[in-house]
Amino acid sequence: MAVLKTGARLKSAVCDGEVMVVSAPAADITLTCGGADMVDSATNADERAAIDPDHAVGIRIGKRYITEDGGLELLCVKSGDGGLAADGALLLQKDTKQLPKTD
Amino acid sequence: MNIMMLLEMAAATYPERVAFMDGADGSAITYQGLFDAARSRAASLTAAGCTRLAKLDVSSLATPIGLFSSAWAGMPYVPLNYRLTEAEITALLARITPAYLVTDENRQQSFSGHGDIKSVSRAHFLDDSEHAAEHKDDWSMDPDDVAVLLFTSGTTGVPKAAVLRQKHLVSYILGAVEFASADESEAALVCVPPYHIAGIAAILSSVYAGRRAVQLSNFSAEAWLELARREAITTAFVVPTMLARIVEALEGEGSANLPHLASLSYGGGKMPQRVIERAMALFPDTDFSNAYGLTETSSTIAVLGPDEHRDAAASEDATLRRRLVSVGIPLPGVDIQIRDEAGNVLGPNQRGEIYVRGEQVSGEYEGKGRLTDAEGWFPTRDAGTMDEAGYLFLEGRADDVIVRGGENLSPGEIEDVLLMHPAVADAAIVGIPDEQWGEAVAAAVVLRPGESTSESELQAWVQTRMRSSRVPKRVEVWDELPYNETGKLLRRLVKARLQ
Repeated sequence: MAVLKTGARLKSAVCDGEVMVVSAPAADITLTCGGADMVDSATNADERAAIDPDHAVGIRIGKRYITEDGGLELLCVKSGDGGLAADGALLLQKDTKQLPKTD
Repeated sequence: MNIMMLLEMAAATYPERVAFMDGADGSAITYQGLFDAARSRAASLTAAGCTRLAKLDVSSLATPIGLFSSAWAGMPYVPLNYRLTEAEITALLARITPAYLVTDENRQQSFSGHGDIKSVSRAHFLDDSEHAAEHKDDWSMDPDDVAVLLFTSGTTGVPKAAVLRQKHLVSYILGAVEFASADESEAALVCVPPYHIAGIAAILSSVYAGRRAVQLSNFSAEAWLELARREAITTAFVVPTMLARIVEALEGEGSANLPHLASLSYGGGKMPQRVIERAMALFPDTDFSNAYGLTETSSTIAVLGPDEHRDAAASEDATLRRRLVSVGIPLPGVDIQIRDEAGNVLGPNQRGEIYVRGEQVSGEYEGKGRLTDAEGWFPTRDAGTMDEAGYLFLEGRADDVIVRGGENLSPGEIEDVLLMHPAVADAAIVGIPDEQWGEAVAAAVVLRPGESTSESELQAWVQTRMRSSRVPKRVEVWDELPYNETGKLLRRLVKARLQ
């Protein structure tokens, strides 16, 4: 459990997945990927545990993931096989509207 | 957050794609190449013991390498306007030392003896063998790190250094661009100066979308058209004066003959209705977007999209047709309000100052702090109105308002009326001192080639279309109006000459 910091980069302990916190509520959240707590991106992974089959939906680079209430938003910066969850509830992939090109 | 993370994602997803190409000499760099170059130059920046990377040079491959390597090294990137006088450049450099300066060959010589500046030539900066290949694998993710310092154009005084932090630039890109949305054939033509916010935004957008960005360092309509055809450009951004020149260069032709150009966006100043209508006729298959933004807001905050352009152009209804000169609706995550001088929020179609709020809004100047209020609203100093549907219209700078006998007049609406006259190619309205009214309306116009008109004819033209208080007391015909290089009308020069 920790308060997630905007801009922080975290990585999965069980797959290649990495995320950046886009926005987060000022509350303790247990953030998991593949069913295991996510760790600071600077942490060296030794041996990886297996992905929890209930948390194996995978994440894709460039996609954004949110809680149902939209309070937590993550950007996937490295694809992985695990699924993201906050306090046990799987995050949803955010629908993004394609905007006109402006620059 | 760090813009380097955007490049890392790009290099991991499409490493072999060409990221940037210098239109001048055809040299190019792939996304993996750009990532590796950013790493090695970050090592050089760190070793030099400087606190800023300054770049005083036209666009080249050194531009994106400079931007990303400074983000990796954790120091602000400061692109300087190479068209300023030597004295102005020296004054700006003195504000950012100790600096690592990348510049052209000639200038590099003149800075070589300067103690606080480590100057290198563009060729040296681009030469891989001059830089260590290794540097630490990661970069700071602190969202409050300063990414870019941009000196504002200083049209109203001493240039201010706008502070853009990593969080502002990353928020803008995440809000405006879908990652890897471009396919391999997409190419962007970048012709805005590298020291302009649009130049920074163009680099970041292109990288995150996965396009090939082709750089044009010295704009002319002919060079732009030639490069767009040769490189099968699919998307481009221009300032209004550039589009006016492109339209002029195509005069007499039925179509622009740029079949690949899917989208053309513009911004940075007021677009005359006649220019955009003509451009839409010349580029019938191209999507037009109008982007409104400021340096202090990390570029675009409102967009008028392609469908809105087409609907407005095809409409017989005056309200809908007028949307063609609107700057559209706010981007997702951006809030906009119009307020009066006392700070009260105004309703639809009421003219006031534009306020903006959002994650991408910095509103901070070095040494002055943030100019946002307690709720995060930034006063843009741009005047505007918003219609019932939320479309934003620019009405000039808040400081440009002419106060005539207690009545507030907006130069833009009078200029629009003058521009509708068949002999008028360009028009500027300013206030000049007047004993009776406090301020009087004065106009400087540029005529279309071969056309003629008179002061009294133009006064009558305005008289029949607007209230009499708007009729210019004086109209002068000039050969050209003074603009800065990004197409901003230098109103204070017009004023000085008309007084």
